[in-house]
Amino acid sequence: MTETATPTKPKKPGVYVCKGCGIGEAVDADALANVAKSEFRIQTTATQDACCSDEGVAAIKADVDAGTVDGVVVAACSHRVMADRFRFNGTPVVRANLREHVAWSQPPGEEDTEMLAADQVRMAITQVQLTLPPLPSQVQEYSRTLLVLGGGITGMTAAREAVKAGHPVILVEKTDQLGGWANKWAGRMPYRPPYRDVQDSGIAKLVEAVKADKDIDVKLDTRVVKTAGQPGAFTVTLSHGGQESVVNVGAVVVATGFRPYDATKLGHLGYGASPDIVTGVELEAMLKAGGELKRKSDGKPVKHIAFVQCAGSRDPDHLPYCSSVCCGVSIKQALQITKADAKASAYIVYEELRTPGTAEEFYRQAQEAGVIFMKGKATKVDAGAMQVSYTDELLGTEVPLAGLDMIVLATGMVPNSTDPDVPVVEPEKSEAQLKGDINPFSAIPVAGYKPGGAEGPTPPAMPHLDRIPEGGPILNLQYRQGPHIPVLADGFSDSHYICFPYETRRTGIYTAGPVRRPMDMAESAEDAAGAVMKAIQAIQGSKMGVSLHPRVGDLSFPKVGHEKCTKCRRCTVECPFGAIDEDETGRPIINPARCRRCGTCMGACPVQTITFDNYNPQMVNAMIEANEIPDEFSEKPRILVLACENDAYPALDMAGINREKWSPYVRTIPVRCLGSVTLQWVSTALQKGYDGIMLMGCKSGDDYQCHFVKGSAIAKERMSKVGETLKSLALEKERVTMAEVSIADSHRVPKVLNEFAELIGGLDPNPMKGF
Amino acid sequence: MPVDGKEAGPASQTILVVGGGIAGISAALEAAETGHDVVLLEKGPSLGGRVSKLNRYFPKLCHPTCGLEINYQRIRKNPRLKVLTMCEPTNVAGSRGAFTVTVKRHPRFVNEKCTSCGDCAAATETMVPNPFNYGLDKVKAAYLPNEHAMPMRYVIAPEAIAEGEGDKLKAACKYGAVEPEQQEETFDLNVGAIIWATGWQPYDPNNLDVYSYSHSPDIITNVEMERLAAHDGPTQGKIVRPSNGEPAKKVALIQCAGSRDNNHLAYCSRICCLGSLKHAAYVREQYADAEVDIYYIDIRAHDKLESFYQKVKADPQVRFVKSKPGHIRVGEDGRPFIHGERTIDREVYDEPYDLIVLATGMQPSAVAGYTPQVGLVKDDYGFVVPKELEDNEGIFSCGVAAGPLDVSLSVQSATAAALKAVQAVRQSA
Repeated sequence: MTETATPTKPKKPGVYVCKGCGIGEAVDADALANVAKSEFRIQTTATQDACCSDEGVAAIKADVDAGTVDGVVVAACSHRVMADRFRFNGTPVVRANLREHVAWSQPPGEEDTEMLAADQVRMAITQVQLTLPPLPSQVQEYSRTLLVLGGGITGMTAAREAVKAGHPVILVEKTDQLGGWANKWAGRMPYRPPYRDVQDSGIAKLVEAVKADKDIDVKLDTRVVKTAGQPGAFTVTLSHGGQESVVNVGAVVVATGFRPYDATKLGHLGYGASPDIVTGVELEAMLKAGGELKRKSDGKPVKHIAFVQCAGSRDPDHLPYCSSVCCGVSIKQALQITKADAKASAYIVYEELRTPGTAEEFYRQAQEAGVIFMKGKATKVDAGAMQVSYTDELLGTEVPLAGLDMIVLATGMVPNSTDPDVPVVEPEKSEAQLKGDINPFSAIPVAGYKPGGAEGPTPPAMPHLDRIPEGGPILNLQYRQGPHIPVLADGFSDSHYICFPYETRRTGIYTAGPVRRPMDMAESAEDAAGAVMKAIQAIQGSKMGVSLHPRVGDLSFPKVGHEKCTKCRRCTVECPFGAIDEDETGRPIINPARCRRCGTCMGACPVQTITFDNYNPQMVNAMIEANEIPDEFSEKPRILVLACENDAYPALDMAGINREKWSPYVRTIPVRCLGSVTLQWVSTALQKGYDGIMLMGCKSGDDYQCHFVKGSAIAKERMSKVGETLKSLALEKERVTMAEVSIADSHRVPKVLNEFAELIGGLDPNPMKGF
Repeated sequence: MPVDGKEAGPASQTILVVGGGIAGISAALEAAETGHDVVLLEKGPSLGGRVSKLNRYFPKLCHPTCGLEINYQRIRKNPRLKVLTMCEPTNVAGSRGAFTVTVKRHPRFVNEKCTSCGDCAAATETMVPNPFNYGLDKVKAAYLPNEHAMPMRYVIAPEAIAEGEGDKLKAACKYGAVEPEQQEETFDLNVGAIIWATGWQPYDPNNLDVYSYSHSPDIITNVEMERLAAHDGPTQGKIVRPSNGEPAKKVALIQCAGSRDNNHLAYCSRICCLGSLKHAAYVREQYADAEVDIYYIDIRAHDKLESFYQKVKADPQVRFVKSKPGHIRVGEDGRPFIHGERTIDREVYDEPYDLIVLATGMQPSAVAGYTPQVGLVKDDYGFVVPKELEDNEGIFSCGVAAGPLDVSLSVQSATAAALKAVQAVRQSA
């Protein structure tokens, strides 16, 4: 680690009050500068017509360059705008939001507006005074090598892509050859224009390329025994022929693929009753073998073949999801068969034919080639008569499709989030991790439905039987929270974010291919490249000691004050990213490169001994205490809002942009995540005399929108215990509440605040005021 | 980040991303966060593209602004990423490591001194169709693109300048941000790799004669439905009949309006089924007594999205009608009627609705716009893909420019394209 001057908290911050954008008309800027001078003994204060103007910025910069100030408070607009203007070579800058949250949302010139503005300035000065410019976590010995797990098309593509970007790869495959399922495929669906014809799988060429690549260390017949460490420095123990070896890698791409759904569970579709009822995978091998397609039972040529789609998929008793590729695969097989034998006829029995995108052209080719598509649900497969019965939706009756030579069950994909050949370890933790934490079938909001179905119609809730994938861990992570990569539902790994499909809860470990979601070869190859991109970033981030998504580049990381730590383990349990382990005595060990800087550990700590240099319990406590609380006779209640900086705070900004008004009694502090909110802040606020406290954060539950997975869920859980605190202070429980809002609630947040302010206004003042 | 600044890093090491929608933003950020210099071109006044005009995403029914906010924060923090709005490429020449891209910049009439105070909007009297709401309402000709605009800066429509308001707006601005004298300009960028993320446009419903789009304001498209349901849309999120403002309680959603049709879009646009399921949810969330009919060929809720289909299907007030409607006519009471035959029982129907939503497909923007002649090839539909898969020619496509994808798949493809571009500049170093 290079020697750097130890940073210190600003001793002489400057305060710059803007008069632009209506601020000067709404409040007395000079009076605000005086608050800084008189209450905080700030030497350097100035009012400016527009802080963001070239002259304004130059004036601040001159003070910083001259060493007159070592911290900057810009009392102007929200920190969400003009961020690039107010950047002074690493000097701490805090913005007091006088525009969106004051001038644009409060009546000008009123006493309450002035008081709000003064509090904004007080909080900002307090914050800047307690901001320690963070240094990166100590640069460790890091590895640029990627571990890729799985030698199928996804894994091999990942390996090749990583090498092309300059990163060496260790490619681990548990069988004795590369290629995976694709070795058994007789061609693939078209993925290039004109999207019409079956294409060569290309797998042989890819295997050769991987073998010839000197930067890819292929390890066949090899399994991962265990994985420890963090991004940049994972230590992975491999086992090959009973011999264990240890490799150091910077990041991991998990490309373990899928297993076909167990067809023996499809007795109702005749599987096992006749050798001529086969799965799509089995047919694929027969086609790959080449020659005339013959029945297994008697060797007769197959002239009439039926494909039963969704064999197990989209079936609540088997796989509740659509396996995505089966329609295309059956079309491919039908085309291959009818093309090889002009007299052969192929029937595809389907409920919904799913050939999205340009695959529609492939479907059209099959229709033109004479493949017969029959829409309906297969109800029965008679192995004796070789007959498929289905409810024909076009005719409205049950139709027997008789005289078949072969029946193909288009079975679906099950993700290899576990390895069935590996024993289960840590059974309790494993089960919890693999159970999945969302129900994808939870009801959508519908007007008129009463929760619980007490009266009126009941919501269309659907039970979801989450399938816990069988087998042991694929990486066997030596993490406090358990050996598995957490799954969302049905064994598929993260992400739950539509806009961030690679955001997993195990930093530096990225899944790609069908282990993430059912997908075909072309998508898997693309997914592999995407996962490699994130893996490379993880290595780079660990090298620089900075956070990855979403707080990209954040240098701060949690530090534990071990003298105060009671080893209660809440931080190690609640961290959404499994970043905290424990030593043998139960003391928390933070792995900074796994950490995503949400502060959930900080919120969890009952003794407030987990801190970030630039965000910590003491800082927010001081900000809460910095505000002036009018006495109980003033009829000016105070409401503290701790708002998620990603969604709730921007929603308030946008309400300001729209010139919506809200209660002037509200004092808002942005927090990294509601998960970082410690109950101590609530208790501080109550003791200081705030009359009401609201936590404002993202949606929790099955469709959770919290960027740190569980922040609002955890906050909800913690707040359920706040009743005790209130009771001990003899205060009403309504004083502390939580609101779930979204970033698109700019029209709703003022109402939420005003309703709460009204409720609080109806209560007696907090009797703690003035104590 | 010097938004709208022109300077770039060493040319051979700079990656140009064309298109500031979700795919372009994602590709640009992934490359920049891997330590590369990136220039992001957006032809409109704000980033966010099509997704910024969506009310919510399927299947979580969450808001696109949420992820955009995170992305905008990433952009603000990243000194390697430069954003140029109002800019589009008109020519690409050269090869990997040494591309020259000619860029046309349209006048915004507002410079980077803009504080978004809104004084220019207060001063203008000219109104223009609101592009953010697909023209469903009007907006002042000096306007913020939307409440979540990035950059947060006003734009002045050329109409206001044409109306002679230039000097007045200039005088109204305290910060010297209004520049009525701005002209269209052209400049060259030298870059080492290019990612084409020009996205899509909604298929023109006027091409579908039988669906009478232009005959009734109560026949709208799926993208217009997004604005109708959005809190910052023309009706503040109330789903009403555009003709008279009455609640739209009987709603029809017509799938494959143009898609899967050789006369229009021969491919499946992939997102429309899920989009319409989402629209059914919008309507049902607002009205307890609403009825929604979905006319479809196949419901294509691929992979894990199947659960969203099942959830909507569980609502007895959402009906799925397998049929491709024959035509729409406007009845005597002004309500549009859908006429056709149900595929399943051959029953002929002639149903009146309060609101009919045409699930028009996605057409690649490249159909109408410029496509580089080097490195990329345009397929029969207008999607652009790299000429060669194996050779890295330094120019790539992602998102809906490359094929009809949903948001998650677009981001996946953007992340992959970013890697290819990173490989290209690293190999050219």
